[in-house]
Amino acid sequence: MATQNVERTEAQPSPRKRFDVGGRKPSDASLLTPYVFMAPYLVLFGVFILVPVFYGLWISLHNWDYLLPGKPWVGLKNYVDLFTPGSTTYEPFWQSMEATGKFTLYSVPLLVLIPLLIALVLNREFLGRNFFRTMYFAPYVLGVAVIGILWRYLLDTNVGLVNYYLGQLGLPDNIPWTNELPWGWVALVGPTVWWTLGFNTVIYLAGLQDIDPALYDAAKVDGANRWRRFLHVTLPGLRPILVFVITVTILASANVFGQAYLITEGAPGDETQTAIMYLAEEGLRNFNMGSAAAMSYVLAFFLAVISVVNFVLIRYRED
Amino acid sequence: MGRRVTRQEFLLMSAGVGAGFVLTGCGGGPQSNPAVQQGQSAGSGKSYNGPKVDLAFWNGFTGGDGPVMRQMCEEFSSQEKNINVTMNTIEWEAYYQKVPAAVSSGEGPDVAIMHIDTVPTNAARQVIIPLDDVANALKLKKGDFFPIVWDAGIYNGKRYGIPLDVHPFGFFYNKDVMEKGGLDPNKPPQTKDEFMGALEQLKGKGIEGFWVPTIPAGSTWTFETVLWQYGGDLYNEEVTEATWNSDAGVSALTWLVDLIKQGYSPKNVGEEAELVAFQNNKNAFYWSGIWNINPLKDAGVNYGATVMPQIGSEKATWANSHNFVIPNKPGQDPNKIAASKVFINWVTSNSADWAEAGQVPARDSARESSAFQSLELQNNIAQELPYVHFPPPVPGIADVAIQALDPAVNEALLLKKEPKAALDEAASQANQLLKENRQKYQA
Repeated sequence: MATQNVERTEAQPSPRKRFDVGGRKPSDASLLTPYVFMAPYLVLFGVFILVPVFYGLWISLHNWDYLLPGKPWVGLKNYVDLFTPGSTTYEPFWQSMEATGKFTLYSVPLLVLIPLLIALVLNREFLGRNFFRTMYFAPYVLGVAVIGILWRYLLDTNVGLVNYYLGQLGLPDNIPWTNELPWGWVALVGPTVWWTLGFNTVIYLAGLQDIDPALYDAAKVDGANRWRRFLHVTLPGLRPILVFVITVTILASANVFGQAYLITEGAPGDETQTAIMYLAEEGLRNFNMGSAAAMSYVLAFFLAVISVVNFVLIRYRED
Repeated sequence: MGRRVTRQEFLLMSAGVGAGFVLTGCGGGPQSNPAVQQGQSAGSGKSYNGPKVDLAFWNGFTGGDGPVMRQMCEEFSSQEKNINVTMNTIEWEAYYQKVPAAVSSGEGPDVAIMHIDTVPTNAARQVIIPLDDVANALKLKKGDFFPIVWDAGIYNGKRYGIPLDVHPFGFFYNKDVMEKGGLDPNKPPQTKDEFMGALEQLKGKGIEGFWVPTIPAGSTWTFETVLWQYGGDLYNEEVTEATWNSDAGVSALTWLVDLIKQGYSPKNVGEEAELVAFQNNKNAFYWSGIWNINPLKDAGVNYGATVMPQIGSEKATWANSHNFVIPNKPGQDPNKIAASKVFINWVTSNSADWAEAGQVPARDSARESSAFQSLELQNNIAQELPYVHFPPPVPGIADVAIQALDPAVNEALLLKKEPKAALDEAASQANQLLKENRQKYQA
């Protein structure tokens, strides 16, 4: 053992020497270096993103069940079906897209604004600040299964605590939170905001701490009041953070699955069945992987468009 | 039922067992010399003389049934010196996705449990192998099992499942609530008139006596039970068309909707709220699976359980059944198949133990044993066996109900759609799905 170690140490050339060997021009080495450093990531990216993207495209052109011997080529049929009223996938797919759109529309403004307000408060000096920072972040560490089941019981129409306490306050105690619209959206958006606002708050807090205090001092000297300092120092300073928060929140909301799966279970009917829920059902439970793949490309296309629009609107408005 | 998440599975998930994958080695019998005997691949199924093998046994018994089956594995492993059974439990919801994936990569179980309505799908997808030779080797025949269950394990003329149990929908009644409502707690209503009379009397005391579930799967099983009682059926003979929108179906769903409209049930009953209300002495009558016998006992509810009241013109109830299957693992060791036969034979013969977990044994000898006869509630519900209903043995049939029927029944019971309109719409959607399934599984 000991001798092996010694040999290995001796065989190791010094790093400097290694670069000198061969006498390559520095520019040759520097051409390759970035790729060498990126290689581990590129391998993972290739295996888990790039290959599946193209493989999925291939799957979407077939009637694909990975266990059936026959996987007949159907061309663009899976896509055409999605845009043909009366096909088996048309109605449920667009219903689920609509549900996803509504959820995103209701949840994103709240998840962008409320964490910003909380971050502004938590950024001030006061007693117990760290305690509150922890409290607001705490729900985020819970899994979606935990919060889903928790809220499903809390919000139950007939046996839930929320309705019980509403009743104690003399308010209606029979609100069908999980079975009826628009209450179903409250039951999905409310817990989601409670659950994930901590994440956005932390991002905002980091952004706020990055803003140079000298700018606030300068603004004060110029006579700017608190509102104007927020408008002209804080917001511009947060712009890159805002782009990040909005983009990430939209994508996360558009991928909503667990909450609707557990709290409303798609009810009433399938009106709160989200796109990912339907995709999972079609591809992984009914094993219609071809049409599920086609749906995921349509969904991805919409998300890409939204992300680009969002990026362009916020990032380049100044120019 | 494998289609949806039950209460036990929810509890499991909430306990943070995200993967839902519990691995328990049971047995671990003494190490014997593996080189002693070779061959004997066919095996009689009565005994195993081959080299020592480890059998991976997968199932979804995440509720009170899990420990019982685990104990049976241990007992078996200690009796059979050369077979060691290791049991894996995966919640049913994920089970029917994980097993096919594992089997196709050669990693799956050597022996497994599947619900009767998923057997044809998995047979068509070549996840499991025909078991006619197993049945022959074990000399199992129709006469040994309850006939409806035995016949249901056949797909395309070949047997794929060896039935372990039947778990029908039964009638649970809360004795405390019945007493509060001035009813005789030892005389559960058994006819439509008695049932409605009891509900009326409970209503007079301010009790909503029969909470009608609105969330699948409970809602759909409740509807199906009444549909069959009204003489209807889910599909036509050839399973090319859904027939739940027949007069029988519409009457059945309307009867349930009227219970809600007339105040015998609260509106908008949430997932498992009917069970919670039953446990908390708010709900008098609860139609549910026999597997709830033990959880309700553990919850300390003063209740009884018996056969379903007859609402329509016929006796009928929903049921499902756990079946042993042997997965189609590429390059499977014949010794393991031989050992699996011995295991299947032993467990089904000793399934009276299994009945304690809240099931009715499929095998006549087990059902007639004194051990089973002494289980009062299980025995009561077992009286339903002559008229239990299963979905037709057609690949993909479980998915049709989930996609088409579940939302329709849900919307009708939430009073958002008229029963007929909801069922009509669901039927035309189902007809399309049935057609697509036929094309898919024939291709």
